[in-house]
Amino acid sequence: MARGVTNNRKIINTAAAWGIGLLIFFPILWTILTSFKTEAVAIADPPVFLFFDWTLENYSVVQERSNYGRFLWNSIFIAGGSTLLGILIAVPAAWSMAFVPSKRTKDILLWMLSTKMLPAVGVLYPIYLLFIKFGLLDSILGLTIVLMLINLPIIVWMLYTYFREIPGEILEAARMDGASLKSEILYVLTPMAVPGIASTLLLNFILAWNEAFWTLNLTAAKAAPLTAFIASYSSPEGLFYAKLSAASTMAILPILILGWFSQKQLVRGLTFGAVK
Amino acid sequence: MGQITLNKVSKSFGNTVVIPGADLEIKDGEFIVFVGPSGCGKSTLLRMIAGLEDTTSGEIVIDSKDVSQVGPAERGLAMVFQSYALYPHMTVRKNIAFPMRMAKLSQQEQDKRIEAAAHSLNLTDYLDRKPGQLSGGQRQRVAIGRAIVREPKAFLFDEPLSNLDAALRVGMRMEISELHKKLNTTMVYVTHDQVEAMTMADKIVVLQAGVIEQVGSPLDLYHTPCNKFVAGFIGSPKMNLLEGPEAKKNKAHTIGVRPEHIEVSPKASKDAWKGTVGVTEHLGSDTFIHIHGVEGCDPMTVRAAGDVMVNHGDTVYLTPDAQQIHKFDDDGLRIP
Repeated sequence: MARGVTNNRKIINTAAAWGIGLLIFFPILWTILTSFKTEAVAIADPPVFLFFDWTLENYSVVQERSNYGRFLWNSIFIAGGSTLLGILIAVPAAWSMAFVPSKRTKDILLWMLSTKMLPAVGVLYPIYLLFIKFGLLDSILGLTIVLMLINLPIIVWMLYTYFREIPGEILEAARMDGASLKSEILYVLTPMAVPGIASTLLLNFILAWNEAFWTLNLTAAKAAPLTAFIASYSSPEGLFYAKLSAASTMAILPILILGWFSQKQLVRGLTFGAVK
Repeated sequence: MGQITLNKVSKSFGNTVVIPGADLEIKDGEFIVFVGPSGCGKSTLLRMIAGLEDTTSGEIVIDSKDVSQVGPAERGLAMVFQSYALYPHMTVRKNIAFPMRMAKLSQQEQDKRIEAAAHSLNLTDYLDRKPGQLSGGQRQRVAIGRAIVREPKAFLFDEPLSNLDAALRVGMRMEISELHKKLNTTMVYVTHDQVEAMTMADKIVVLQAGVIEQVGSPLDLYHTPCNKFVAGFIGSPKMNLLEGPEAKKNKAHTIGVRPEHIEVSPKASKDAWKGTVGVTEHLGSDTFIHIHGVEGCDPMTVRAAGDVMVNHGDTVYLTPDAQQIHKFDDDGLRIP
């Protein structure tokens, strides 16, 4: 009897999980489907779900009109660069917070996180002015720095949580063994935290890849990443839903594939510290 | 050389004073054990010698050099931790090699020392394994190996056997003692287990609430404890401490008699203490008898021969060995 109840529960849970999963995935699925429709079918009312004449025309038009490769390269460079730069700064920061905490460490951590609660547009004006002053507008370097700063609190928090799980005695042993601070971080802490650092890298790469506010506001042509590539197919020229969808699909595909192959690592990264 | 001197070394965490001021002289080649109940500051004192904790005041001198402000790496000491603290991502070989790698020793010298350490610690077959694939005892041996290859001025052990099971602990105790005889290097060893302290130490330092109560050889502490605390802490089972008329007869506030210095008899005799047998513990070689009803000390523990036969509720008469009675004054200090 008890087993029956558990089984029923399992079925309900599974069905609910699938339901929620599909609900969340539906917009992405719809975008992908629309990218294979003609512009007329894309705006047809009632909407057509699966039974239409599939076409690759949108992809070839998008490919002809814009240089997808350049946008892709910019995205890779900005997302990768900001994540690597962030890690380089966050590892020592998280080390000091985890292993030599001061009275104010908790406050600093909370303060760092609070910057994430600020609406980005609130600091657009000062950052825009700074960018003009330093000649960083529409530059990969400028965008890399901004995205690194935007995601730094999350990187520090994630690494801090990982480092807290590493027994301090092992680092003390390294100190007794004659390791300098640099060697301690490089040879002992980092290799032990590799799984944590990998998930942090991955998550932040995805966050930076998907970031649209700063990438759209601080770039024009030269440094524009895939978010700008998608945006270039939206409204001003009229309704091009199918082409917009094709551009979107091309933009999200690399990160979707990356996410698919590393989902185990990603889930571990997101739940680490929360579940022990 | 491995001579360590503590001069008025103190430690406070905020307003909490952990060690009010310790003076200690550790001679080169000595095996010294810090012992005391948990929270007495023995580990803190060891970590201060190691350089893992700052000193609030006072100085720590190693081989006539004040190292109070020097980092752990430059003090030339090696430490073995309770949790072993091995590097989990490195093989046994790399764990042992790590301090030599940090000291930039030649590969040839590293290999030579690893082979020697592995051979003496029976680790040769495990050099390519990771710590996760080893038993507790093997891990502790790797930690010791990692300490040996540094050829330190002194070894510091922080409760190294606490995580091992009882049988393994006895074996490792012998191994560490043998290692000390072989290397003849200063060893400072922290434990809460007074049996470990008695069996291993050249000199024991008894601590209570951050204060060094007494320093001496194991037998010194056993025969002439300087106060009631040391008397009660050293020796197993614990010394019986009596207050009241029996103590007054001996012109003391408290008298102490070790369980092995009391004779138990079913026959009454002059000046014997009368009591009733409670629990008896038969160890084979000895019998520990817990006796109730003796004025000023309840229960009183007596160590009798293994074959002594007493039953719960029997009335017995206890005669202490007059030569072995320890006397303490109102402040708990020994009366000579």
